[in-house]
Amino acid sequence: MNGTVHFAKVKERQKAWVVSLLFLLIFLCFWQLSTKPSVGGKTEGLPGPVSVAQRAWEMVSDPFYDRGANDKGIGIQLLYSLGRLAVGYTAASVVAIFLGVVLGLYPTLYGALNPYIQILKPISPLAWMPLFLYTIKNSAWAAVMVVFMSSIWPTLANTAFGVISIKRDYLNVSSLLQLSWLSRFFKVILPAAAPAIVAGLRISIGGAWIAIVAAEMLIGGTGIGYFVWNEWNNLQLTSVVSAILTIGGVGVLLDAGFARLAKKLAYTE
Amino acid sequence: MAFLEIEKVSKYFPGFNGKGALCVFKDVHFHIEKGEFVTMVGHSGCGKTTLLNIIAGFETPNEGGIVLDGKEITDPGLDRMVVFQNFALMPWMTVRDNIRLAVRAAYHQWDRRRVDEYVQQYINMVGLAGSEDKKPAVLSGGMRQRVGLARAFAVQPKVLLLDEPFAQIDALTRGVIQEELIRMWMATKNTVFMVTHDVDEAILLSDKIALMSDGPEARLADVTKVSFPRPRVREQLAELPEYARIRRNIMQFLKDCAREISTDSKLKGADAVVVRQEASAEI
Repeated sequence: MNGTVHFAKVKERQKAWVVSLLFLLIFLCFWQLSTKPSVGGKTEGLPGPVSVAQRAWEMVSDPFYDRGANDKGIGIQLLYSLGRLAVGYTAASVVAIFLGVVLGLYPTLYGALNPYIQILKPISPLAWMPLFLYTIKNSAWAAVMVVFMSSIWPTLANTAFGVISIKRDYLNVSSLLQLSWLSRFFKVILPAAAPAIVAGLRISIGGAWIAIVAAEMLIGGTGIGYFVWNEWNNLQLTSVVSAILTIGGVGVLLDAGFARLAKKLAYTE
Repeated sequence: MAFLEIEKVSKYFPGFNGKGALCVFKDVHFHIEKGEFVTMVGHSGCGKTTLLNIIAGFETPNEGGIVLDGKEITDPGLDRMVVFQNFALMPWMTVRDNIRLAVRAAYHQWDRRRVDEYVQQYINMVGLAGSEDKKPAVLSGGMRQRVGLARAFAVQPKVLLLDEPFAQIDALTRGVIQEELIRMWMATKNTVFMVTHDVDEAILLSDKIALMSDGPEARLADVTKVSFPRPRVREQLAELPEYARIRRNIMQFLKDCAREISTDSKLKGADAVVVRQEASAEI
């Protein structure tokens, strides 16, 4: 019985893949037909899929070249972006998880701070940019702070919710055992709230990746966001489209990483 | 001075709309001697689990107090381990890690090897050898409660508090685990306070049975001594006329008297506690 169900699921997935590929093919045909083919390497209007693929291949085959300020390989630009993402996101996550646990454990404090969190949450992280530029006076760090602001709220809210929803029994057991604050935190509270925390982290990393591209368009200099903007200024739309696809691909990989982490930390009661 | 003294304990919960207070139970007063197995029986709502939680330190009484070994109880602590109705095992930890968490908390001066050996000893004692690395989710209710018992006994508390420990275990397994409990209890001579609905379970396991009248404003109505010699064998016990008598009395009480006694004015004082010599049959 079980085998049949499993087989049916596999078949379902295979079917979905086939349909997916079919959609892609239709899209590519439509794209190719609706754009003018490139004539002698020069493209008129929007680039077609073939010229984008050629350009993407060029970019991927030599990702780490560095020919001055405005001409760096896509690999270097991605590393700049991922570096900012890593710093801002990690800092935000540490703060958000710690604060979230405290708020989850002390409902009064949660109630007191919640109105402020609700006001801060819907603000676009980019709106903070002028303030960061003014206070930090360093555009790269301002971008890191934008990442920080973009990735703190979902993790904070999910962590607080996860800690509030921890079953009373687990906390009772830890107080029976008179666990120290540290082991209570690392052995009971964190693992108990882990599924909710990781769900928050996953939303945050998506938001942070969106924000860093926009922030880099504003600050200029380096990063995948700046790369897109620079190529637009050079009217290199093939590069712009290739970069867009790269951004999407990296986003998928980041999300998949957290999906795996979520699977690892999930538990059934 | 008794080992565990429940001293005129009353508990109130806030009433509807925050108005007034609902009395769960009032002036519950009895003593448990060291090594004694005492069970509290009563209908749902009589507050017996609340009383257990007060002894555990999870809740505070509104009046009266609990004295364990000469010291008043204010907080939860390692001298009282609870075996929970729904097991309360950490689902992200394996069987071994669940017990190890407690062992390391209770004996933090021990090195890793000593802890591991000790944990294994208790895993073997409850017959879970081979399942050390399984998570609670894949175990049956009976096996989960074995982990709960191992965790509680491993800490070697002064008092074991059993909160309807067999209620979520299927009837066939229940008997086996009851026998395991009694074997572990006889080996360690722990002091036990158990709460249950199950009259047969209470008679099989207990030295004394405390009967609660119905809530709200429940009272301790009676403490019955059960003096059958140990080890007790369920099948032989059931054939004794004395067993039938105790059982009938308790059932009768639970059936009709509960409501009457709780409203009986004669029983409003603390002297309502009558300890009767119920049975001392030979097996």
